[in-house]
Amino acid sequence: MAFTFAAFCYMLALLLTAALIFFAIWHIIAFDELKTDYKNPIDQCNTLNPLVLPEYLIHAFFCVMFLCASEWLTLGLNMPLLGYHIWSSPQIFLGVLIVSVSRYMTRPVMSVPGLYDPTTIMNADILAYCQKEGWCKLAFYLLSFFYYLYGMIYVLVSS
Amino acid sequence: MQQPLSSGHGASLPNSSTAPGRHQQVPSKAPLRSTAGHCDFITYQNSYQVPVQNIIRPVCPTSLDNTQGSGQTYSTLSMDSSLIAPRGPNMITATPVQSFVDTSQQASYITEHYPSQVPYIVPSQSTTQVLSTHSASINHAYPGFSYQPTSVFNTQHNAPLNLQNLHFATSQPLFNAMSCQTKILPKSEQEHPPASFQPYHAGNTGTSWQPLARTSVKKPAGFTTKPVALSSTARSDMSAGFPFSMPHQIKPSYSPSMTNVAKPPVSVAPLAQWLPPSTERLTSATASPASASKACSVDLFLIIKLIQHQVPCHQLQMMRMKQPSSKVNHLSSSMKGLFFQNKQQAEARKQINLLQERNILPPVPIQCPQSNLSPELRNLNCSPDLFRCTLMNVPQTQALLNKVKLPFGLLLHPFRDLTHLPVITSSTIVRCQSCRTYINPFVSFFDQRRWKCNLCYRVNDVPEEFMYNPLTHSYGEPHKRPEVQTATVEFIASSDYMLRPPQPAVYLFVFDVSHNAMESGYLNICCQSLLENVDKLPGDSRTKIGFITFDNTLHFFNLQEGLSQPQMLIVSEIEDIFIPTPDSLMVNLHESKELVKDLLKMLPAMFTGTRETNSALGPALQAAFKLMSTTGGRISVFQTQRPSIGVGQLFSREDPKQQSTIKGLQHLGPATDFYKKFALDCSSQQVAVDLFLLSGQYCDLASLACMSKYSAGSVFYYPSFHHIHNPTQVEKFQKDLKRYLIRKIGFEAVLRIRCTKGLSIHTFHGNFFVRSTDLLSLANINPDSGFAVQISIEESLSESSVVCFQAALLYTSSKGERRIRVHTLSLPVVNSVAAVYTGADVQAITCLLATMAVDRSISSSLSDARDALVNAVVDSLSAYRSTISNLQKSVLVAPNSLRLFALYILALLKQEAFGTGLSIRLDERVFSMCEMKTRPFVHLILMIHPHLYRIDHLSDEGSITVGDKTIPQPPIIQLSAENLSQDGAFLMDCFSVMYLWIGKNCTNSFSNEVLGFSNWDSVPQNLDRLPELNTLLSRRVTSFVSWLQDSRPFLSILRVVKDDAPFKANFFQRFVEDRAEFALSYYEFLLHIQQHISK
Repeated sequence: MAFTFAAFCYMLALLLTAALIFFAIWHIIAFDELKTDYKNPIDQCNTLNPLVLPEYLIHAFFCVMFLCASEWLTLGLNMPLLGYHIWSSPQIFLGVLIVSVSRYMTRPVMSVPGLYDPTTIMNADILAYCQKEGWCKLAFYLLSFFYYLYGMIYVLVSS
Repeated sequence: MQQPLSSGHGASLPNSSTAPGRHQQVPSKAPLRSTAGHCDFITYQNSYQVPVQNIIRPVCPTSLDNTQGSGQTYSTLSMDSSLIAPRGPNMITATPVQSFVDTSQQASYITEHYPSQVPYIVPSQSTTQVLSTHSASINHAYPGFSYQPTSVFNTQHNAPLNLQNLHFATSQPLFNAMSCQTKILPKSEQEHPPASFQPYHAGNTGTSWQPLARTSVKKPAGFTTKPVALSSTARSDMSAGFPFSMPHQIKPSYSPSMTNVAKPPVSVAPLAQWLPPSTERLTSATASPASASKACSVDLFLIIKLIQHQVPCHQLQMMRMKQPSSKVNHLSSSMKGLFFQNKQQAEARKQINLLQERNILPPVPIQCPQSNLSPELRNLNCSPDLFRCTLMNVPQTQALLNKVKLPFGLLLHPFRDLTHLPVITSSTIVRCQSCRTYINPFVSFFDQRRWKCNLCYRVNDVPEEFMYNPLTHSYGEPHKRPEVQTATVEFIASSDYMLRPPQPAVYLFVFDVSHNAMESGYLNICCQSLLENVDKLPGDSRTKIGFITFDNTLHFFNLQEGLSQPQMLIVSEIEDIFIPTPDSLMVNLHESKELVKDLLKMLPAMFTGTRETNSALGPALQAAFKLMSTTGGRISVFQTQRPSIGVGQLFSREDPKQQSTIKGLQHLGPATDFYKKFALDCSSQQVAVDLFLLSGQYCDLASLACMSKYSAGSVFYYPSFHHIHNPTQVEKFQKDLKRYLIRKIGFEAVLRIRCTKGLSIHTFHGNFFVRSTDLLSLANINPDSGFAVQISIEESLSESSVVCFQAALLYTSSKGERRIRVHTLSLPVVNSVAAVYTGADVQAITCLLATMAVDRSISSSLSDARDALVNAVVDSLSAYRSTISNLQKSVLVAPNSLRLFALYILALLKQEAFGTGLSIRLDERVFSMCEMKTRPFVHLILMIHPHLYRIDHLSDEGSITVGDKTIPQPPIIQLSAENLSQDGAFLMDCFSVMYLWIGKNCTNSFSNEVLGFSNWDSVPQNLDRLPELNTLLSRRVTSFVSWLQDSRPFLSILRVVKDDAPFKANFFQRFVEDRAEFALSYYEFLLHIQQHISK
C-alpha cells in the first residue's frame, strides 16, 4: 500500500468530478427554469456560457492526468465524453484545425465563448436537446464518481 | 349598478339603436384603409350594443359574390331551406318527407320569371349557383331518380303564391313516398306567404348594407330581425337545449365517412320527422309546431348515440344557456353552414389528378378551408386574416400528424388594423386561475356562477362584476358579455398589467449623412416626409422626438425649448461614446415643434458636399441606445452603406463567383454578433430598431438586419436607391415612409400564445425576442408584422373534441394606455387522415413552409432549404397517395385542398429568397428572406403567387359594391404567359408592385379611354398612376385598382410594361408556371415530383 501517482490522479478526479456534478445539476436547473418560464433567456445564457469552457477544461485536465498515469481503461471510458466536448466546442478552444468537424459550423455567431445563444435557445428542439444533454452528463459524472472512488481504493490497495 | 362597470360602454349607450346597421356594414374582411394608422375604437363602442350573436360573419367560403340589394335577402332564405334538399332523397326511402316539398319550392327560385311576379324577390346569382350544384349532386347520388318534379314545381311556382296549395296535388303522385305527412302540409303552407315574406320585406327597406369584401356573403339586417319577431311566438314552444344541439346532430350524417347514401335507417327516421318543423320555421315565420320540440330532442339525443359523434358536453351546455331569441338565427345559420359544409366536403373529398387537370387555379381568391367545427362555433371564431392554422382539422396525435406529413402551425397577424374591434373597460379582466387564459367564446358555463376554461379545463368562478351585462343592462347573463361573444376583443388593462407607468411615444431618427448618403439624396425626401407627417406621428402630449446624424463622427441636435435654433453637437470620439447633453437631446415634440421643423428644413442642406465617406453606424447605434434606454421607444435608422469604422464594422462578403452556384452560396447569416447583442439590449429596454437600407452596393444586410430581427423592428430595403436615377424606388420609399410614420404603434408589448393542454409551441418565426416558451417580447408592435408558430402535439388530444389557441398581445398604445388584444381560435380534433387533408389550408402551409425554409437556409444551406421545400410536396402527396388504394402508378393525385400545393411551392422556389438565378444579389436575397419571416400571410401569399387579371374589357358582371362604388371583379388568370394575348391589357398584382402589361395589338380605345394616350406607341414607360378619365372603362379600371390598393397597408407601385419596357424581365419572371432560367415549369415540376414519389 503506497501512495502512487495513479492514486493521486484518482483522488483529484474524484474531487473534480464532484465539481462537475454540481455543474451538471446547475445546467439542468437552468434549463428547467427556462422551460418553466422563471428566467429570462438572456440572463440564463449569460450565466451558462461562462461555465462551458471551465467544464471542458476540467474534464480534459484529468483525462491528461490519467494519460500520464497510464490508466488506460479509465482514459478509455472518458474518451467518448472528451470527443463529444471537442466536437461541440467553440473555435476559441480548439483552434482552426478541427473547425470542419466541430459544432462551430452550426454554433451561432458569438463574440464570447460558450454555446448558448439567447435568441435560439427557446426553440423547442434545442431546449429539449440541452435538457437531455444535462441529464446524460449528470449520469455519466455520477457513475464516474463512484468508479474513481473504486479505482482509487483499488490502486491504493493493490500497490 | 352601472357605475363600476361601464366607463367603457356607458357613454355610447344612447346610440344603441343605430348600432345594428353598423354591424352589417362592416364585415370582418373589410379592406384596410391605407392610412389606417388610426383605427377608431370610439365608433365601435356604439356597435357594442348589439347582441353579438347577430353579428353575422361570412359563413360560406365559396364564390357567392354578386349579391345585390334585396336579392341577397332572399337568397339567404332560399339557401337556408334548400340546404335541406340534399337530404331529401335520402329520406324518401325511410319516412315520408314533408321537407322535400318545401325544398323543391325553394329550388324553383332558379327560374328567371319569378321576380317579375313577386317583385320584391330578386334571385341572385348565388341562389342559382347553390341550387344548380345541389340538383347535380342529387342526380349524381340517385342516377335512377328523376328530378323532373322540379320543373313541375317551377312552372307552378311561377304562379302567384296563393296557388301553392294546388301544387301538392300534382306533386304527390311524383313522390310516391310522400304519404301521411303531406296531410298536414296545406295548413302550414297556407300560413306561409303572408308570414314569411313580411319580415324580409321590412328588413330590406329598413337597412342599407354594402358588401365590402369579395366573397363574403352577409345576411342583411332583415334576416336578423326575423328571429326577434319569431321569438315572441316561438320561444315558449321550444325546449331549452334543443335547437342548439341541432348542428351537432346533423353534422355527423354529413361526416366524410357517411356519404349521402349510406345511413342507418334508425337515425334517418328521427331526423326526417324532425326536419319538417324546422323547415317551416325557416320558411314561414309562424309559431313553431308545439308538439315537435320535446319528442325531437329525445330523438336527437338518440342520434347522437347512434352516430357516436362526440358532442362536447361543454359546448352543449354553453349553447343551452343562450337565449331562445337567437335560436332560429343560429339554427338557420348553422343549417346554411351545414349545406356549404356538405358541398365543401364533397368538394374536398375530390381527388385531383394534377398532371391532367390544367386549370386548377380558381378565378376568385382562395378562402381558408372550413373546419369540421359546428357552424356556430365556427362563426364565433377569429377571422382567418388574423389568426389561422395550417390544419383546420387538428390531428389527434403526433403519429397521425406524422402520417399526414404536413406542417402544423399557426399564422398570426395580431396587430392588424381592424375596422371594428370591441374594446372592453372593466376593472377585473376574467381569466382562468391556473393557466391565465382570458375568457373567450369557447369556454363553457356550468351555471351562472362557474365557467370551465377551454385550455386547461379548470373550473373557475364567475366574478360578481361579470354577471352584469352592459349591453343589455341585464344581470345574471355572463354568457352574453362581449368577451364571450367575439373571438377578437381588446381590454383596457389596469395597473396590474404594468411593470412601470406606460411609456410615452418616443421616436429617435438616426440618419447616415456620409458622402454616399448625400449623393443618393434620400435625406431630402426623408425630411420632407417627416415635415409633412410630424403632426400625425402617433402619440399624446408626452411624445418625444430626437435626431442623430453620423458619418465618421456623431452629430447630436439640441432641440431644447427656448433655443432660437437647433444646436448641433459633434462627438468625434467613437471608441467610447458619451452623450453630450443627455437631457436636451430627446425633447417633447409639442413643446419644441418649431425647432424640430426648423431642423428638418435645415438638415438636408447642412451636409451637402461632405467628403466624409466612412460610416460609424455601430457607435451611432450605441449612442441612440443610451438616449432611449430610460424610456423605450423606436429608433429609425437610415443607412446607405456598409458600416466601415468603429464597432459593428462589416466587410464585404459578397463573392460573385460563389453566387453562381447555389451550393456555394454562403453568408446568409450574420458576420458579427454585435447587431444581435445590440438588439437584445434594446429589446430588454423596450427599444425597437427599424432599418431603412438605401444602397447601391452590397451592405451585408444579413448582419445589419439582426438589429431589427431581435428587437421586433422592421427592415426596409431599397436597392440602388437614387433620387434622380431611380424614381420608382424613390416613390416606393416615399410611400412606405409615409405609412411607416403614421401607422399605429404599440410599445413595450408582449405576445403570449396559449394552447390547449397537449399542444406545445415548437418554434416562433418573425421579428421578436423569445422570452419564454410561449412568450414573445416585442419592444414595438406595428400593424404590418406577422408571426408564424410551429406547434407540436405532445399528448394525444383524445379527451377533447376541440382545441383552442389564444394569442394575447399586451401593449402600450401611443396614447399611453395599457391594452390587451386577445384573439382566440378554436379548431376541431379529428382522427382520420382524410379529415386532416380536408382541412389543410394550402396557403397557410405555404407561408409556414416559407418561414421554415428561411431558417433552414440560414442554419444549413440554401440548396438544403430548396430540397426541403420540394420534399414537403413529395412527402405529403405520397402520404396522401398511400391512403388511396387502387391507383395507377403514373397518376399524381392530390386532395382537393392541396391541389395548389405544388404550384405554390414552385412559386416559392422561384422567389428571390430561394431562387437560383444568377442575377439575384445577396442583399436582395436576404431581404426577401426577411420579408418571408415578417410579412403577414395575407400579403405573403400574394407576393409568392401574384394575381393576374385581364382588365381591357372589365364588366360589371360579378362586381361588388363598396360604399357607392362598383368594383368589377375580373377572374384571376393562371400565371402562364400563354394566357397573355397581344390584344389585351393585363394587370399583375404582386402586392408591393403592380404590373400593367399592354399588348401590342391592344385596341387604341384602351390606351385612349383608360390611360389617356391616343395609341399604344405613345404610352410612356413610367406611368405612376392611372388617370381618372370620364369613361366607363376608366372608371372601372381605376376603381378596381384603387380597391386593390386599399386592401394593403403599403401602396403598391404601378408599372407599365410594354414589350420594350425595362421591367419586362421582372414581369415575366413572375409567371411561375412557365419555364425560366434554371427553373422548371409547372408541368416539369409535377413530373419531377411524380418521379420522386414513384421511387
